[in-house]
Amino acid sequence: MKPFQITAKIISNKNIKNNYFEIVLLAPQIARNALPGQFVNIKTSEGFEPLLRRPLSIHRIGRQSRVASLESKEGKEIIMLYEVLGKGTQILSQRMQGEFLDVIGPLGNGFNCYPLSAIRYPPILIAGGMGTAPLVFLAERLVHSPQSIVHRKPLVLIGARSESHILCEKEFKELGCEVKIATDDGSRGFKGYVSSLLTEILSTVNCQPSTIYACGPKLLLKEISRISLEQNIPAQLSLESHMACGIGACMGCVIKVKSKKAKGKIDDEYKRVCKEGPVFEAREIAWE
Amino acid sequence: MREGLVVNIGRLRLKNPVMAASGTFGYAEEFKHFIDLKKLGAIVTKTITLKPRVGNPPPRTCETPAGLLNSIGLENPGIDRFIDEKIPFIKSLGVPLIVSIASEGGVEEFVSLAKRLDRVKEVSAIELNISCPNIKNSPQSTVYSLQKNNGQLISQDAKATYEVVKMARKATRKTLITKLSPNVTDITEIAQAAQDGGSDCLALINTLMGMSVDVRTRKPKIAMVTAGLSGPAVRPVALRMVWEVYKKVKIPIIGMGGITDTESVLEFFIAGASAIAVGTANFINPRTMIEIISGLEKYLARNRIKDIKELIGSLKI
Repeated sequence: MKPFQITAKIISNKNIKNNYFEIVLLAPQIARNALPGQFVNIKTSEGFEPLLRRPLSIHRIGRQSRVASLESKEGKEIIMLYEVLGKGTQILSQRMQGEFLDVIGPLGNGFNCYPLSAIRYPPILIAGGMGTAPLVFLAERLVHSPQSIVHRKPLVLIGARSESHILCEKEFKELGCEVKIATDDGSRGFKGYVSSLLTEILSTVNCQPSTIYACGPKLLLKEISRISLEQNIPAQLSLESHMACGIGACMGCVIKVKSKKAKGKIDDEYKRVCKEGPVFEAREIAWE
Repeated sequence: MREGLVVNIGRLRLKNPVMAASGTFGYAEEFKHFIDLKKLGAIVTKTITLKPRVGNPPPRTCETPAGLLNSIGLENPGIDRFIDEKIPFIKSLGVPLIVSIASEGGVEEFVSLAKRLDRVKEVSAIELNISCPNIKNSPQSTVYSLQKNNGQLISQDAKATYEVVKMARKATRKTLITKLSPNVTDITEIAQAAQDGGSDCLALINTLMGMSVDVRTRKPKIAMVTAGLSGPAVRPVALRMVWEVYKKVKIPIIGMGGITDTESVLEFFIAGASAIAVGTANFINPRTMIEIISGLEKYLARNRIKDIKELIGSLKI
């Protein structure tokens, strides 16, 4: 899918809870072409501080603005969910409604969305912390796909530090997904990591999920990867990495993948999170 | 196209002096969705080695104040796959192609790469990358025997620089560019050695050695610990070196280091550059080079300057 570099108007940019923000940008070209799991790369400031863009996964496609409702029902906004962690996200959180941002997207390789009817059992979506963001877009596509059978709604597992950090529970439920929660401190739902909740569910359910889709911290994805390989469930993982360019040029954001070890081939291999990713099959990643 | 922007690098004539710096533009195709590549003065590829290189372990990049640290480690598909897979696209653009090359094993590898590329008609010029700070050269290499200390870059030693350039010069009749490192006491010595060796042109600067630490974990932010610094932060250093080298050598200089806009390009011309390359800025705004080309056209028109070459080394002291 062809990416665009555009100047996008900020429709809104608000604090959801704790350090979490939601930004809505008017970006019709990106909204029209984006797939779940893809990201945009945003220049948060005009100058060189910070120097680089900030990659944010697309959380949802929006249909709120008047422009959209007047012209067509097609979504014209992209919505991103982000946590203020450093300089870039701090500056982004201060950008005001009506201002413009330089945005490149949609970038990367999204999730492979198998229509829910084509599969025997519903998939499991696993969201760890901020990793919840792209999975809402994915759930929407899975549920609203014309081929989907209504009663095969995905099961969503949300992992968070504590109750107040749980993101998007309402959004998933509104889509008809079954939602289970895990918190590190046990303040809500299962006490422990969401990967342990996954293990528990897999041991009690007779049927295997068709696919696992996951996004979250690296250690969580590594653990999900291990479980999925052990149980022979295909898993698609969305990874995060520091990026310089986001468009496949700098080779900076690579992760190690399993090499094919063909004759005359090199042993280690790297793939770009921004180009071949951010979504990878669990079986291709060579975890460190 | 404006005649006023035409510059010459060796026997190579460029329709404008704006090119992409090696390692920051992939093999051009990565940028095809963002800009009209045909407008560029030249395209310099990511550095190619004889055999494929997987590059360094991640993390490979880290943002610093107005700068970027990188230690990619010359990841590239090797000369064979480069010629087969990457050249056809660049050829279709009709923009002069400058191929950056580096050796993993002494001067012989530079020679074989240069010989190989000499036979490829799509290649307009060869850039000798003797200044990448992120690779560990093999201690057995011939170049090493020319050097006093292990771990040195070729471009940190005038004699080694002279030797490599001289051998590459014998291997090709194409325009030869030598890329210099700023990590030296006196860059003019190295520049002179490259000129004496037969280089048609100099490219400076490569990245400055630097590092960054995560104070929480006390780990380096780059897996290889040290890395090359680029971006606006290095521009004054680059400019100073272009000026120093301009005063000492006769061959043209391609100036680079932190260029982000038309004004920074003009600085480099006035300090002595005959052409410029945009590097890190391509990552931030893929349109940078195109904006600079039209910015230069406007600047010349507004100031009634017929030829950009009038600006070269025009610093008033």
